[in-house]
Amino acid sequence: MNEGAMRILFPGLVLVLVVAIWHAAVALLAIPPYVLPGPGLVLSTLIADGGLLWRSLLVTLTITFEGFMLAAVGGIVLAVAFNRWKAFEYSFYPYAVILQVTPVVAIAPLLLIYLPQPLAVLACAWIVAFFPVLANATLGLNSVDHNLLALFELYKASRWQVLFRLKLPAALPQMLAGVRIAGGLSLIGAVVAEIAAGSAGAGSGLAYRIAESGYRLNIPRMFAALLLLSAAGVAIFFVLSALSHLLLRRWHESEITRER
Amino acid sequence: MPPTDTHAGTIVSLRNVSKAFERGTVALRGFDLEVREGEFVSLLGPSGCGKSTALRIVAGLSEASQGNVENSAAGKLGFVFQEPTLMPWADVAANVRLPLDLARIGAPAAVGNALARVGLADFAHAYPRELSGGMRMRVSIARALVTEPQLLLMDEPFAALDEITRFKLNNDLLALWQEMRRTVIFVTHSVFESVYLSQRIVVMTPRPGRVFTEIAIPAPYPRHEEFRTSAEYAGFCRQVADALGKATAEAA
Repeated sequence: MNEGAMRILFPGLVLVLVVAIWHAAVALLAIPPYVLPGPGLVLSTLIADGGLLWRSLLVTLTITFEGFMLAAVGGIVLAVAFNRWKAFEYSFYPYAVILQVTPVVAIAPLLLIYLPQPLAVLACAWIVAFFPVLANATLGLNSVDHNLLALFELYKASRWQVLFRLKLPAALPQMLAGVRIAGGLSLIGAVVAEIAAGSAGAGSGLAYRIAESGYRLNIPRMFAALLLLSAAGVAIFFVLSALSHLLLRRWHESEITRER
Repeated sequence: MPPTDTHAGTIVSLRNVSKAFERGTVALRGFDLEVREGEFVSLLGPSGCGKSTALRIVAGLSEASQGNVENSAAGKLGFVFQEPTLMPWADVAANVRLPLDLARIGAPAAVGNALARVGLADFAHAYPRELSGGMRMRVSIARALVTEPQLLLMDEPFAALDEITRFKLNNDLLALWQEMRRTVIFVTHSVFESVYLSQRIVVMTPRPGRVFTEIAIPAPYPRHEEFRTSAEYAGFCRQVADALGKATAEAA
């Protein structure tokens, strides 16, 4: 069997096995659905509550996407500025680190006091997502081949030419690595903020549905919402990986498969 | 002594040039070099003798701490680094076109001509990683030639290549030089390579680098593989190797 088939078949088998054990355990031990719903019930809840959950998913995904875009663009722009003005980097990089190492769960309640809820959720998504973009893009911009820089200097390239023709393309692999991490993190940031806002009850995102269902002991719906969130995370990961592959496949070592 | 001491036909002139780096390393001290138009000159010396530094000073990529530097080809030079130094995200044609793009010169035929000169006309759309080490170096040379420079500076360009490829590129470089008749300053630590290629060899002492002696290689061009195996070539090599040995011993 070739590697590609194994990569799909094996995790598929694990999934089937786990769902089967889950189903058997719930059925044999007669576990009530408010403790642990079986996989069939989760699926039927997903279908029955489909409209509601779908709308909530869209709310969460919209904010995730906005936070991600702000993080990706902001992180790269900030990294370019850091690279260009060292004094600027020395002044602000430590605070970017502080913002990153402070757990977002702890910041969310404060943001919810000062900002309207959708904005606070967006801010959380941005805070967790932008740092990996900034850190990776900074690394990439600082690792440009010195001889290529000398070559550009020799031919009297302008600052913009050096930026657009050399530094940004050279840093692209690292920037994409940062962006890939940011995709997953912006979803996490949005979910954390929604959960923190949960009892305030003003939201309608998917994480809010989870919190709300928890209060109502609607455990099957919690599972269904969780399933949707995971699927969204996986989809984000795949889309960003595909983007990275598309941009790097011709030239970067990370995307080249070697025959042995 | 008036600064206009350089006689007609001189393209590069370094007088009493010293270079000290911030960390205290003195790469060059009292270094003199004069290169005439159309000449093929090699700078020969052990690793770390400041020959690359001298070349970077000629190119204007580094500034002399002291001394006088004149280069009448400034702005009209090509530089070939020790590594091919290509942009991995751009194909061969785009890499070669870079100097024209940066100067906003549209010269549609120039890239094709430069690639044809180094024998890579069929590889315009290949990416650097798809090429062998020797081919990448050819691309690098094509890029240096695309602006039709008056002065070609080469910093140990073939040091990382295997011997077969190096010999082939040596021959191709000589053919190019004969055809284009541009000035070449070639940095190397190989006695054999310097004798094979150059009209004149500048032997340098170890750090801090200065000129130990200059040796002319009056063998006629075109030089081919027969020259490599001739007694005349062996004699020049011995003479240059002796000088290099003395230059190294003197400093040690």
